[in-house]
Amino acid sequence: MTRRVLIAYLALAVLIVIIGMTRGVSTALLLTAISSIYALVALGLNIQFGYGGLFNLAIMGLLMIGGMTVSSISMPINWAFWNSDGPMLLGRAILAAGAGVLLILGVRNLWRIGIPRGVVTWLTVLAWLAGYVLYRTQIDPAASYIETQVQGGWVGGLGLPVYVGYAVAGALAGLAAWVIGKISLGLRSDYLAIATIGMSEIIRAFVKNMDWLTRGTLTVTPIPWPVPLPGAYQDGGVDIPTSFVYGQGGFVLVTLAILIVAVLLVERAYAGPWGRMMRAVRDNHIAASSMGKDVKARQIEIFVFGAVLMGIGGALLSSFNQLFDPGGYIPINHTFLIWVMVIVGGMGNSYGAVLGGFLVYLMWAMSEPVSAAIFAQVSRGTVALGWGPIPEIDARAAQMRVFVLGLVIWLSLRFAPKGLLPEVIRRHV
Amino acid sequence: MDELIFFINKVIISGTVIGSIYALGAVGVTLVFGILRFAHFAHGDMMTLGAFFTYSLVAILAAAGFSLPIPLGIALMPVAMALTSVAALGLDKGFYAPLRRKGAKPVTLLIASIGVTLMLQGVIRLFYGTSTRTFFESEPKDIFRIDMSWAGGTRPITITEPQAWMFGLVVVAVLALHFFLTRSRLGKGMRAMSDNPDLAQVSGINTALVVRVTWILAGALAAMAGTMLALDVSLKPDLAFNIILPIFAAAVVGGLGQTYGAIAGGFLVGFAETLAVFDWTVFLRPFRENLPEWLATAQGLSLVPTEYKLTVAFVILVIVLLVRPTGIFKGLST
Repeated sequence: MTRRVLIAYLALAVLIVIIGMTRGVSTALLLTAISSIYALVALGLNIQFGYGGLFNLAIMGLLMIGGMTVSSISMPINWAFWNSDGPMLLGRAILAAGAGVLLILGVRNLWRIGIPRGVVTWLTVLAWLAGYVLYRTQIDPAASYIETQVQGGWVGGLGLPVYVGYAVAGALAGLAAWVIGKISLGLRSDYLAIATIGMSEIIRAFVKNMDWLTRGTLTVTPIPWPVPLPGAYQDGGVDIPTSFVYGQGGFVLVTLAILIVAVLLVERAYAGPWGRMMRAVRDNHIAASSMGKDVKARQIEIFVFGAVLMGIGGALLSSFNQLFDPGGYIPINHTFLIWVMVIVGGMGNSYGAVLGGFLVYLMWAMSEPVSAAIFAQVSRGTVALGWGPIPEIDARAAQMRVFVLGLVIWLSLRFAPKGLLPEVIRRHV
Repeated sequence: MDELIFFINKVIISGTVIGSIYALGAVGVTLVFGILRFAHFAHGDMMTLGAFFTYSLVAILAAAGFSLPIPLGIALMPVAMALTSVAALGLDKGFYAPLRRKGAKPVTLLIASIGVTLMLQGVIRLFYGTSTRTFFESEPKDIFRIDMSWAGGTRPITITEPQAWMFGLVVVAVLALHFFLTRSRLGKGMRAMSDNPDLAQVSGINTALVVRVTWILAGALAAMAGTMLALDVSLKPDLAFNIILPIFAAAVVGGLGQTYGAIAGGFLVGFAETLAVFDWTVFLRPFRENLPEWLATAQGLSLVPTEYKLTVAFVILVIVLLVRPTGIFKGLST
C-alpha cells in the first residue's frame, strides 16, 4: 500500500514537472496552488463521506462562506460606512433580530405557565412570523441605505491580517455546518443529499443578494495574500516573469503547508480511537449506538470537521484569485468536481482524496485548452465540408468537459468503485 | 375587484402553472424512488431532453409549413414523451442496470445519477448550444382574456393557450396515473414492489418489467413537465437544472415514494413560492385613504423578496423534515 501511495505521488510530481516544462513554471505553480486548495476541500469531503458516510452536497455553500468571510475580515475598513448612519441602522436590525429571537424563545416556554401545548405550537409559528416581520422592517431600510448612500456600497472589511480571515472562515463554515447538521443529519442518505443541496442554494441566494455585506455581484477585489504579491517583487527590481514565479511559489508553499498539516492531523486522528469510533458509526450505527456512542453527535462532529477544511479552502481560493465573486460559484465546479476528486482518488483514504484533488483539478484545467483545440479542429473540418463553422464554439467546447466529468463519475463507480488509493482497513488483533 | 383579478392572475394562475409542473416532475422522481430506492438527480435533465425533443419536432414540422389549430408543441408532445421514455430506458440499461447488477448501494446509484445528469447536460448543450429558444416563433401564442366587467372589474383574467392546455392535460395525466396504479395489474405490481420488493418478487410479479414500466412513466412525465415549462416560459438548456431542486423539495415534502404525496407537495411548493413573492400592497390600495401613512405608502410588502424565491421551497422542505422527517404522507427510506 505504501508503495502504491509513493508511486502515485511520484507520478503526480512528474506530471506537474511536465506541465512546468511545456507550459511554463508560472502556469505549473498556478495550477499547483489551486489544485492543492481543491485537495484540501476534497480532504474535507473525504472526512465527511469517506469516514462518516455523510452525503454532503453543500460544498459550494461552504466554499462561499469561506470566501465571503475572508473578504469581510481582510479587506480594508470602509470608513465611509462607519462614519455614516449605517452602523446605527444595522445595530437596530441586530436588536430587532435579537428581540425576535427572545420573543420566539419566550413563546416556546409559555407551556410552563399552563398554556396548552397545542396553543403554544401555533403561537410559536406566529412568533416566528412576527420576529421575521420585525427584522425585515429594520434590515430593509438599513440594506438599501448602505447600498445606495454609503460610498463603496457595502460595510467594508475589518482590515485584519489574511491569516485571521482563513481561521475565521474555517470557524464560520464549521458553524454553518453545525446548523446544517442539526437540521438534516439523522435523515437517511437521499434526504440528506437533497437537504444539503438545498442549504447550499439558500447560502448562495443570501450571499449573492446581501449586497450590503458581501457586495453581491459587484465582487470584492483585491483580497490580500498571506505572502508578497508578484507586484511587490517587481517593485524590488525583479523582472515580471520571475516575480510571478516568486509570488505564486510563496503561495504554493503556504497552501502545501496547510494541506500537509491537515493530512497529518487527520491521519493521526483516524488511526486512533476516534477513527475506530467513526468507522463503527459509519459501518453499523445501530451497533455503535448500542455500545454507548451518541451517533448523531458524532456525525455532527465529523460534518463540522470536514466543513472547517472546506471553509479554509474556500477562503484560500478567494484569496489566491484576489477576488470574491458570488456569481462565479456554480455547483458543477464547486460541488460535483470535488465529489469526482474523492471518488476517483479513493473514499476513506486521505492520501487518495488529496491525490484525486490534484489529478482531477489538473485534468479539469488542462481539458479546457484540449477541448477547445479539438473543437477548433472539428470546426475546420465542417468548414472544409462546406457546412460552415460550429456556432457558439466556446460554449460547446466547455460543455464537452461537463460531459466528460459525468462520464468519469460513472466509469469510476462502475469499474473502480474504491478509487485509485482504496481505504486501508487495519485489523486490530 | 381589480385587485382580486390581479391576485388571480398573479397567484392562482401562475401558482397552478408552476405547481402542475412541480407535481408532474415530483411524481416521476417519486416513482423512481419507490421502485429503485434512489433519488434520481438526472430527472431534471430528462425534462430538458423531453422539451428539446418536442422543440426539434416542432421546428421540423414548422419548417415544412405544417400547422394545426392547436399549438404544435402540445400536438407533438406525445411523440416527445415516447422518445423520452425510450431515452430513459436507454439510460437505465446503459448506466444504472450495470451498477444494480453489481449490487451497488443506493448512495452509489445517487452519485451515478449525478454523473448521468452532467452527461445529459453536456450532450444537450453540445447539440443545442446555450441560447434561449421559444416555441412560438412560427405561430402566435394565443391569450384568452376572460372579461370580468360583469363583476365590476376593469381588467380581464388572462390565461395563455398553453396554460389552458396544461391545466387540462395535468388533470388527465393525474387521473390516468391514478387508474393505472389502482386498477391495472402492472400498476398494482408497481405499488407492491414499492412497498416490499422481495415480497413482490416471490409473489410472481415480474420485477424487471416493473422497472421498465417505471422508467417509461418517468420519461413520459418528465417530457410532459419539461415541454409545458418550455411552452409557458421559454426553452433554455439549463431549464430543468434550476427546477430540479424545488421538484425534489416537492417530492420529499410529499414523502418520497408516495405518488399522491408528490402531487400535493408539488402544488404546495408552487403556491408557496408564488404567495411568498406576491406583493400584498395591491390589497391595501382600495383602503388607502383610511390607513395610517406608514402603511399606505409602504412599498413591496411581499413576504420574501423575489431574489429569494428559490429558498422558499427549501424553507418548506426544512420545516417538513423537522416536523415530519419522512414527508407529509409517510415516505419510504433506503
